[in-house]
Amino acid sequence: MRVPYSWLREYCDPGMEPAALADRLVMTGTEVERIETVGPPSAEGFVVGKVVACEKHPKADRLSACTVDTGDGERPIVCGAPNVAAGQTVAVALPGATMPNGMKLRKAKLRGLPSEGMILAADELEVGEDHDGIMVLDDQLAAGTPLGEVMPLGEAVLEIEVTPNRSDCFGVHGVAREVHAISGAPLADDPWAEDAPADGDGEASDYASVAVEVPELCPRFTARVFTDVEIGPSPLWLQARLAAAGQRPINNVVDITNYVMLLTAQPLHAFDLDEVPGGELIVRTAGAGEKMTTLDGVERSFDAETVLVCDRNGPSGIAGIMGGQVSEVSAKTTRVLLEVACWNGTNILRTSRMLGLRSEASARFEKQLHPELCLRAQRIASRLLVELCGARMVPGTIDVAAEAPEPRRLTLRAARVGGLLGMTISQDEQRTYLERLGFAAEPEGEDLRVTVPPDRHYDVAREVDLIEEVARVHGIDEHLPTTLPATGEAVGGLSREQRLRRRAEDGLRDLGFDQVVGWSFTDPGEAERLRIPAGDARATPVLLANPLSEEQSAMRTTLLGSLLDIAARNVARGAGDLSLFESARVYLDGEGEFAGDRPSPVAEPHRLAAIGVGSLSQRSWRGGGEAADFFALKGIVEALARGLGAEVAFSPAEEPFLHPGRSAAVAVAGAPIGWLGEVHPLVCRAWDLDAAAAFELDLAPLAAAATLGEETYEDVTTFPAVYQDLAVVVPAAKPASAVREAILGAGGDLLQAAEVFDLYEGEQVGEGNKSLALNLEFRAPDRTLTDEEVAGLRDRIKAKLDEIGGTLRE
Amino acid sequence: MLERIEAIRAEAAGAVEGAGGSAELEELRVRYLGRKAELTSVLRGIAELPQEERGPVGGAANRARTELEALLEASAERLGASELESQLVTDRVDVTLPGAPPRPVGHPHLIARTTRLIEDTMVGLGYHVAEGPEIEHDYYNFTALNHPPGHPARMLQDTFYVQSHPDVLLRTHTSPMQVRSMEAKPPPIFVVVPGKVYRRDSDATHSPMFHQVEGLAIAAGLTLADLQGTLLAMCRALFGGDRELRLRPHFFPFTEPSVEVDVSCFQCGGSGELEGGERCNLCKGQGWIEILGAGMVDPNVLGFVEPHGYDPEQVQGFAFGIGVERVAMLRHGVPDLRRFFDNDVRMLEQFS
Repeated sequence: MRVPYSWLREYCDPGMEPAALADRLVMTGTEVERIETVGPPSAEGFVVGKVVACEKHPKADRLSACTVDTGDGERPIVCGAPNVAAGQTVAVALPGATMPNGMKLRKAKLRGLPSEGMILAADELEVGEDHDGIMVLDDQLAAGTPLGEVMPLGEAVLEIEVTPNRSDCFGVHGVAREVHAISGAPLADDPWAEDAPADGDGEASDYASVAVEVPELCPRFTARVFTDVEIGPSPLWLQARLAAAGQRPINNVVDITNYVMLLTAQPLHAFDLDEVPGGELIVRTAGAGEKMTTLDGVERSFDAETVLVCDRNGPSGIAGIMGGQVSEVSAKTTRVLLEVACWNGTNILRTSRMLGLRSEASARFEKQLHPELCLRAQRIASRLLVELCGARMVPGTIDVAAEAPEPRRLTLRAARVGGLLGMTISQDEQRTYLERLGFAAEPEGEDLRVTVPPDRHYDVAREVDLIEEVARVHGIDEHLPTTLPATGEAVGGLSREQRLRRRAEDGLRDLGFDQVVGWSFTDPGEAERLRIPAGDARATPVLLANPLSEEQSAMRTTLLGSLLDIAARNVARGAGDLSLFESARVYLDGEGEFAGDRPSPVAEPHRLAAIGVGSLSQRSWRGGGEAADFFALKGIVEALARGLGAEVAFSPAEEPFLHPGRSAAVAVAGAPIGWLGEVHPLVCRAWDLDAAAAFELDLAPLAAAATLGEETYEDVTTFPAVYQDLAVVVPAAKPASAVREAILGAGGDLLQAAEVFDLYEGEQVGEGNKSLALNLEFRAPDRTLTDEEVAGLRDRIKAKLDEIGGTLRE
Repeated sequence: MLERIEAIRAEAAGAVEGAGGSAELEELRVRYLGRKAELTSVLRGIAELPQEERGPVGGAANRARTELEALLEASAERLGASELESQLVTDRVDVTLPGAPPRPVGHPHLIARTTRLIEDTMVGLGYHVAEGPEIEHDYYNFTALNHPPGHPARMLQDTFYVQSHPDVLLRTHTSPMQVRSMEAKPPPIFVVVPGKVYRRDSDATHSPMFHQVEGLAIAAGLTLADLQGTLLAMCRALFGGDRELRLRPHFFPFTEPSVEVDVSCFQCGGSGELEGGERCNLCKGQGWIEILGAGMVDPNVLGFVEPHGYDPEQVQGFAFGIGVERVAMLRHGVPDLRRFFDNDVRMLEQFS
């Protein structure tokens, strides 16, 4: 909302500079985005002139050599406007004047002739958009009159961002009342206090009729009729005001409707009554496929919820949004029907979005205006039509209204004000603030009985809304104390899972992985690129109804896709080795476990996933640079689990996006929690990567299995352990885990650990065999083990290994 | 016999003195003191000597032996030291080669790090961290937060909806967790809710996915002044101990009164000017930076959880929502929101 300062001051002059007022407004809840100066920065050097003589420039067809009386004498001015003529009263910028674009005017020679000034067009002063010719002023003005006395020059315009609850501040008068409230400066009488004289012939109902078929969507429709209307340009002051407020002047009738809307926040619409057959207007919803060309020259088609203002032949305007060309006011218009209506805000918003058509009118109606406001606008507009267009107002107002809402009466309790804000505002102050804002407030003991004015009806509905009003006018920034809650919960903190998640993330980072944040969105084709088959749940993601693009239309079911995206992007930028991890959710069919009465619509397990590309270790002259392969990533998972005190197990398992021979399922306590492996070559190819290995784990079961922070002391110093190495030859296909489990099983409680530390395949162990070397740790909690005991255990291990086809290498 | 012993001693002493290396010394030790050495056999044969000779011969032999042992040891030490020295001299490395690289530590994402900073600050003020669903019911995201049915934010233009359920959407703020948290626990409640949120907007200053931290405090007697104190503590933790706050009245459907909160600029100290008189580019000369939205929880919101113990006449409180990206951008000079989701390792590795 652009508020020209001179216009605002007509209703309330706070007696301060625009910038100071803007600061006050900002701190009381009215956001001023900027203050703009329209027109030249200073009125100095701009005067009224009389064109004494005007001749063709001898060397340039399009230029005229004029002689202009500027009060202080006659001076030569070369002018390029086609409409300049002797005898005109014009606006002149003299040498030394600064133009709106900052250019300082000087004496000059134009094609050989001296020119001491400039005859101005409307757009050169930013009082209009017209550049087809110079402004021709009222002949009654004397030469030399300062132009600033004729029209506003250097107008400060406050650009206000109105919050959606404050429909009243979409009008200059509403802003003026706000200024009155926060400054205490007097507010002028309501501009709608006086109506126009009705001296037209007959009654409005003789000329027109209105039928509202959808009263729930049109709570009020008022219409007045004007005859003998003379269409022409608006007076300059009106044009200048509209221009400063950001509206293009069109003609006097249309300008008046815009002016009154900008003043009162209530939009109006003028019909050429002679283009409304029989003067019959019908307010109804659109029929299927109904079309109309709006004032902007675009043909639009409507749906069944669109409300139209129709004549007997069809649509004549879209209710509350834009009129139609069919009944547009034009140069030949002599009779005007002035519509001021109230529409259902939600419906207007919906239709405006549906049509992709937002107008000054719809921006106001969509906030829901009060039906009471219609007549205010009728009265001001009527007076202007009579004064500026020579119109005669026909007596009577056509008024089709549903029942208006009862004024709200609220109680404002003194205790509640201080209790909610934490600062005291006296009853007198509360009352003063509310009355300045247009509320009626009657003391009732310590409390106030408050009546809400119509233009705040939908915004202020409860006691708490009144508290906000008095608080902001009183000055929150100035008066509010700074305290901390006296009551509360004694201690805050993270949940165990949140702490473990942080630990896991930190662990991955310490292991050299950079954390990334990928998009939750993906494209539905990702599953296919990951070779996930159609039946797999991960191939049927949650789809968005209104995505921004196809690439962002599905919610990811795995973190792998975005890790591959990010890796590929970095590789394309020249990165060689990449270690990346993400800690985030995926979205799967099911219900989530979150606080609250209603389960979440979708399951959102939190996952930890990582990818390695190139090498995890840095190459150097001493070695390093081993490929980020299955075992490199497995080592990371093992270290991650160790860091949490969780035990994970690996077993061969296939995933469609992994190398079938180099992939494993990861499990805790026998239940799968994710996968680990080298990414399938075809998947790598789809992402333009040479090779990659990755894993993805569910955080919750991993955290549940973690013993971190819950460990109890174990005595390892009193009785020493016995360490022995063991080499076992087994068939090559026998998993190392089976060998280890056999050994641990046979060793019983006294065998504390058995870890594989070497693998050998070659001639010495025979074709089809491999040799695993393990380090064993024997320990008893209550005694020192004897050599005989250990030897006995070793025999049992040997026997057990025999069973699974293994032999000890002695 | 005594002469012989002296001769052996002298010969051996001379040989040890003249030895040129530890290998030669070892050889001499074997020759003169070994099992087959003459001195050893002398000592071994003492018992067979006549009684009167036993004492002098044994004494001389033992003295000779002790002397030689000491001599050998001294020589070994001398030779060993010089040998080690010459060995170390040849055992040189090129100290200008690069050191063996340890596995470099990875980097946290700035969003994660900033989120933790906010969480930790609020935990210090007595808050718990709660997390809610990102795909949410319209009820929690809008209805229970006092958004009327036709509210613009509910429109398809602004909010992502799920295809299969018209009433399921991607949460547009972390605020749905306000009502969920209150359903789950009676007052008092002090929680912060970090997480991803989604809005249908994409340009240099809007991302369709971004992160917020929500704060909610409900108890008996909490006031707007308490909100100011809480936010001041948080903003000082985020932007420096001498920051000031400015609360500007604003409008949000689910708080009343509502405020927008500015923090004094930490680059120019709130003056709007840099040293040398230039306009501060961070706050654009304003001295204040808009940082979050907040307010007293609207009684209508509490009305939705009244059966759970939240009677708007008995308890009240405040809520706030802060944008994680905005905090991170301000703290670290990141110019464009989209950089956070590009995950360029050259950017990731700038932040440890």
